[in-house]
Amino acid sequence: MDAQTQTDPTDEPTRLRLAPALQLLAQSGRELPDRRAVAPVVWMQAVIDALCELSSRDALTGLSNRRQFETALASEIDRVARAGEPALVLMIDIDHFKKVNDTHGHSAGDLVLKGVAQALHECIRPMDTVARVGGEEFAMILPNCPPSFGLTVAERVRTKVQSRAVAISPGQQVFVTVSIGGAFAPQWVRSSAPLWIERADQQLYRAKAEGRNRACLEQPTVSLVSAEEKGLLFGTSKFSELE
Amino acid sequence: MSSTEVRRARIMALTSGKGGVGKTFLSANLAAALAKRGRRVLVLDADLGLANLDVVLNLHPKITLHDVFTGKVHLEDAILPAPGGFSVLLAGSGLVEYSRLTPEVREQLQRIIDTLAPRYDHILLDTGAGISDVVLYAVSLADDVLVLATPEPTSMTDAYATIKVLATQQQRRAMRLVVNQVGRIGEGKVIRNQLQLVVDKFVVPLLPEGASAPVLELIGEVPLDPSVREAVQKRQLLAQMLPGCPAALAVEAIAAKIAP
Repeated sequence: MDAQTQTDPTDEPTRLRLAPALQLLAQSGRELPDRRAVAPVVWMQAVIDALCELSSRDALTGLSNRRQFETALASEIDRVARAGEPALVLMIDIDHFKKVNDTHGHSAGDLVLKGVAQALHECIRPMDTVARVGGEEFAMILPNCPPSFGLTVAERVRTKVQSRAVAISPGQQVFVTVSIGGAFAPQWVRSSAPLWIERADQQLYRAKAEGRNRACLEQPTVSLVSAEEKGLLFGTSKFSELE
Repeated sequence: MSSTEVRRARIMALTSGKGGVGKTFLSANLAAALAKRGRRVLVLDADLGLANLDVVLNLHPKITLHDVFTGKVHLEDAILPAPGGFSVLLAGSGLVEYSRLTPEVREQLQRIIDTLAPRYDHILLDTGAGISDVVLYAVSLADDVLVLATPEPTSMTDAYATIKVLATQQQRRAMRLVVNQVGRIGEGKVIRNQLQLVVDKFVVPLLPEGASAPVLELIGEVPLDPSVREAVQKRQLLAQMLPGCPAALAVEAIAAKIAP
């Protein structure tokens, strides 16, 4: 790289040791603007942005990594507490993943992880977050997902993975399943990330214990205000006095 | 005023259920209106974690409740003078970690309020949105509770949920109601009556037998007034920036009811 040899006096970043970072970015296939075509500060910003992006991704699957997931979860908690919108977290674990590794080898295991990641990615909306949070464990944050849709969404994810063939070598395919546990953020209540994940994890254990390849969601707590109460609050003609 | 007995501030919690209905706006402007009536007022930002009293008052605190909790500074150093002639104790956004109500947080809040109560006539607790354990705890520390609602259905529903929880879990029998952003004067009364109707029908049966019914007292309605937005955007108190505007007068009327 020519990072050290440029002589533009206004180009402060040339004194920085950029080679390792640039190598990292090149390796990961991230493209930077042509250094000679843009202002130094613009180029530097592009480097920083690319590094940030790189540090928020899981190297193998390209999904968000655990760090990015935790950031997204924290901001979702703030949003839910303030706006009271429903939000769902799903913890997704590949069933019997060890068997894949033991039977077909670790490179096959990597291909399965990539395949599952791709399937999960195809299930989400632009505002959702899907992350690889552990070896064979994934997580999804689904903002503004009403409780009545929760199980449908989780089931869609489960069947999507189940029906996906992963080619692990020419002519050889494997199929895997996932177990899914989900929990909604308590509305209006500012939860904490560990608590929310713990509740979803409990449902994941339940899904595993009940035989795997299934989705279990925490039963949302009964709303504080029943339909009858709302009916009386808004349904009577008292408001017509104002019209 | 008797000088022989130890006087203690009247503590009032402002709460709303739904966020974004003007709770912090009311806290700041009501505090200023009370101060104008000669009262010593402290606003404690009990919206631990999502504090924005500093934004409304255009304060840039270097020291917050967070530093008091961690023992970095004395409580006295964290109390700031606000533009309207009252004092504020800001939570600071570093308090997110306290948004779960641990026994330590409980103890700290209690201690702070006990320490400050003798120095003021009114302490207003600006609580967070929602009905979290922190909000409920802050309300439990208060002598009076003011529920803020707007005529919007979601706000009314959440105000009702708050009233229901306070009546059943904290045995509150008297709650003050302020309706913000009313389209016309009188709308607040309709909303108060409607809430009371539902409380009588659905909350009273949940209370212990023989318990008296919770009563909602409408202590003010603040008209929808473009001046409010202007003041909030300019980060100023309404009474200072646009004195005499309908919303400012409504807030003054509330202060007169609280501190006759």
